[in-house]
Amino acid sequence: MISRFIEYWPVLWPALAAIAVILAVVPFLGLYMTFIERKVAAYVQDRVGPNRVGPFGLFQAVADGIKIFLKEQLIPDHVYTALYFIAPSFSLITAMFALVVMPFGPVATDYKSGFRFMVAPGIDIGILMMLAISSLSAYGIIVGGWASNNKYSIYGAIRSCAQFISYEIPLGMSILGVIAITGSLNIEQIVKAQSGSLLDWNVFWQPVAMLVFFTSALAETNRLPFDLPECEQELVGGFHTEYSGIKFVLFFLAEYTHIVTVSFLTALLFLGGWHFPGLPDPSGASTLVLALGLLVLLAKVSLVVMVIILLRWALPRFRFDQLMGLAWKGLIPLALVNLVGVAIVLTLGLPKHLLIATAVLPILAAYYSAAKFNASLESDNTLRNGIQPQGAVSYE
Amino acid sequence: MSESKPATSPKKKTVKWGQAPKLSVLDALYLPAIASGLATAVRHAVSGKPTTRQYPEVEPEIPPNYRGVHRLNRDEAGRVKCVACYMCQTACPANCIEIIAAPAPKDDPHWKDRDKFPATFTIDELRCIYCGMCEEACPVDAIELTSVYDLTGMTRQEMIFDKEKLLSVFDETVKSGRDPVRTNRGKLGPASEVAPTGKDAPPPPGRGKSG
Repeated sequence: MISRFIEYWPVLWPALAAIAVILAVVPFLGLYMTFIERKVAAYVQDRVGPNRVGPFGLFQAVADGIKIFLKEQLIPDHVYTALYFIAPSFSLITAMFALVVMPFGPVATDYKSGFRFMVAPGIDIGILMMLAISSLSAYGIIVGGWASNNKYSIYGAIRSCAQFISYEIPLGMSILGVIAITGSLNIEQIVKAQSGSLLDWNVFWQPVAMLVFFTSALAETNRLPFDLPECEQELVGGFHTEYSGIKFVLFFLAEYTHIVTVSFLTALLFLGGWHFPGLPDPSGASTLVLALGLLVLLAKVSLVVMVIILLRWALPRFRFDQLMGLAWKGLIPLALVNLVGVAIVLTLGLPKHLLIATAVLPILAAYYSAAKFNASLESDNTLRNGIQPQGAVSYE
Repeated sequence: MSESKPATSPKKKTVKWGQAPKLSVLDALYLPAIASGLATAVRHAVSGKPTTRQYPEVEPEIPPNYRGVHRLNRDEAGRVKCVACYMCQTACPANCIEIIAAPAPKDDPHWKDRDKFPATFTIDELRCIYCGMCEEACPVDAIELTSVYDLTGMTRQEMIFDKEKLLSVFDETVKSGRDPVRTNRGKLGPASEVAPTGKDAPPPPGRGKSG
């Protein structure tokens, strides 16, 4: 047994090292994401934010961590204890499991020995596995809501369930186009296909797909404006109402891990991953080039994360029917039509950059929905014919 | 409503309703609205003008009529101005003032113009609702609310202020120039004077000016 272990060591240690990186970075990242979010939120609201613990408040996250670890492990009387414990860990496990196939730095498509920025490189169903695992995280929320044995929690869980099911569809369909043209589910291959000039980035020939993907991914992470499962005004805390202390933190870490995953996926699938015009391919490259690629990827990811955080302060929360309407009446048709465009281009062998024309799709959809809304206004007016309106009140 | 004509007949309906504005293509696209929302967020984030006040380092400017911790004023001889008339204790809606009066030592020239003085004067600062009615009731301007707002303590007992503590609040606030004596009388009011007797005495109350 030990001899086999030694025999496999050269291929084993890179995976173990990558696992160690993920295990070390994710909790740290979760804590510091809350710090960054609080800081950004503060600046957006003309406040200062946490600035008492350490320089610039940098140790606030550590203080929060210490506080929450020392908190009493409160278990309410009315919960289903076993499920109550399983739910938060399940959330975090699925969130971190999805990172197995995610490259967090430049990974070459020809696998050589040594450290790679990925636990399991070269998995040919990479993106499929990622979607499958990350949608499992709905179970964490649903089980948590159920185990709490509390009306508001189960409402939050049910909303979350409906939301996950609805937004899985546009999420999957939006990247189908990318996959079809690249011809691979392997994330490294998809990134390699964007290695040429700037215009080879997928966003420049699949803008609608990126829009749909990003929107549905936001909904998958339960972030504002889609945080219906935990909206405070209606549901107290939603599925985590009954959770406190370290179990609450597990839910929280899972959420922030999801945000990071989604940002990485957006950067990898649509923004060219670790590629930037002028940077060579990572296969056989020097350490410096690898580090540069890592920096490029992290910069893109931070950009997406920043947009996600800022969106929280730019948009109000959707109503639930609006949320469902957006998925079923907006995103799914857009993704479908986009897919049809990809199919046409593939079948006729046209250059893929013709697909930039799909950018008019949202405008057409908006034109249609505006026309429909204005027509409904007209019909409202005819309904009111019994009483003549005495002038309009403006909506300023 | 002001522009609607006055109803000539009571049966006439004056229904008004709003007309929802028509959606343009850009409105229905959502994206311009999202972009403008993001722009607003970023504009505030980079404006660098937070309204936060860094409290313990930068103290707020308290308006002079702020009602904070009480103090007992001293007169120019350094005596407590209070004449133990119980007006504040009676006026207090929270019953947080407790006075025990003592007759002023008559043979002592220091006290010769006074009938009584407070032997003890305690205020329960936790009970007080800081309404300022004691201040209004006081006929000699002996009790005043200062603008000291950061009153804290580790026990309930230390939040019950006795006469010395209240006088020391006066010393501190007056010395720091933070709370000058707010009344401009400065001297003792009529309640401190020895009641006139005989012909000099005012007419008994309740009879009007003509007596």
